Amino acid sequence: MDRLDRDILNRIQSKFPISSRPFKVLGEELNISEDNMIERVKQLIHKGYIRRLGASFDSKKLGFTSTLCAARVPPEKIQDFVKVLHSYQGITHNYKREHEYNVWFTFIGESKEEIIYSLADISKKTAIKDILNLPAKKIFKVNVEFET
Amino acid sequence: MSLTDLDKKIIREIQKDLPITPRPYLDIAEKLGIPEEDLQRKIQEFIDNGYIRRFGATLRHRRVGINANAMAVWVVPDKDVERVGKTMASFKEVTHCYERHMIPEWNGNLFTMIHAKTKEGCLKIVKRISEKTGIKDYKLLFSTEEFKKTSMEYF
Repeated sequence: MDRLDRDILNRIQSKFPISSRPFKVLGEELNISEDNMIERVKQLIHKGYIRRLGASFDSKKLGFTSTLCAARVPPEKIQDFVKVLHSYQGITHNYKREHEYNVWFTFIGESKEEIIYSLADISKKTAIKDILNLPAKKIFKVNVEFET
Repeated sequence: MSLTDLDKKIIREIQKDLPITPRPYLDIAEKLGIPEEDLQRKIQEFIDNGYIRRFGATLRHRRVGINANAMAVWVVPDKDVERVGKTMASFKEVTHCYERHMIPEWNGNLFTMIHAKTKEGCLKIVKRISEKTGIKDYKLLFSTEEFKKTSMEYF
């Protein structure tokens, strides 16, 4: 990745132009042609620097609810547990963490009740009883832009 | 604002990747059977009313050198949550800062996600946060494996 690639990544993480020819606008800002900009962005996606290019929505405003969950899972059962978790579309992030609660995942659903029901279902399917549900009370910050 | 069927159709399209073509909005609008300007106006409206939190690229942070990720969970007295939450949110390395409901099985109400180039970098930031806020009671959970990371598909 060269300086120009970094400048492009820093520029396009938010406020992507909504004009008819967005790559022309971006090219003018960074002094390259529209074709060149398109090629660069394609490469940044292809090489895996960009995971997605589009809109990130506020789930609450769309009428959805989200929560953070933690589970205490014996190491030998993690693989099967994770497999069950990932059959739920609303589980979007899932990490193994160094703690007695070792599996941490976010869950987006249409209602609190739906999530509670799904968690009970997961417990039943996996025999993992110890799952915490930690819904947010207040959001102070969500900003996943990174300077490259 | 309640969402119309067309709104939902638009959301379904723009939550996916934009086509990397000279006229991405025209391409999507044609797919939806609406004029390009209507789509652009709608996207701007979603941004203005906060339905779209961010419109642009989501990076794979490990790929751009941000290799360490720690979740710090802080035990903060209710009366201090507002002040402490705002202070924590002001750190640029803190990407997420949430207050969560207390439950008997878990001790800790303020959750921060901290991203840095290294584990040591995360530890330094946590120390600075602790010093600046005066919160000494916290636990640090480093992620050792990413099982899944996707964006939600609404509707």
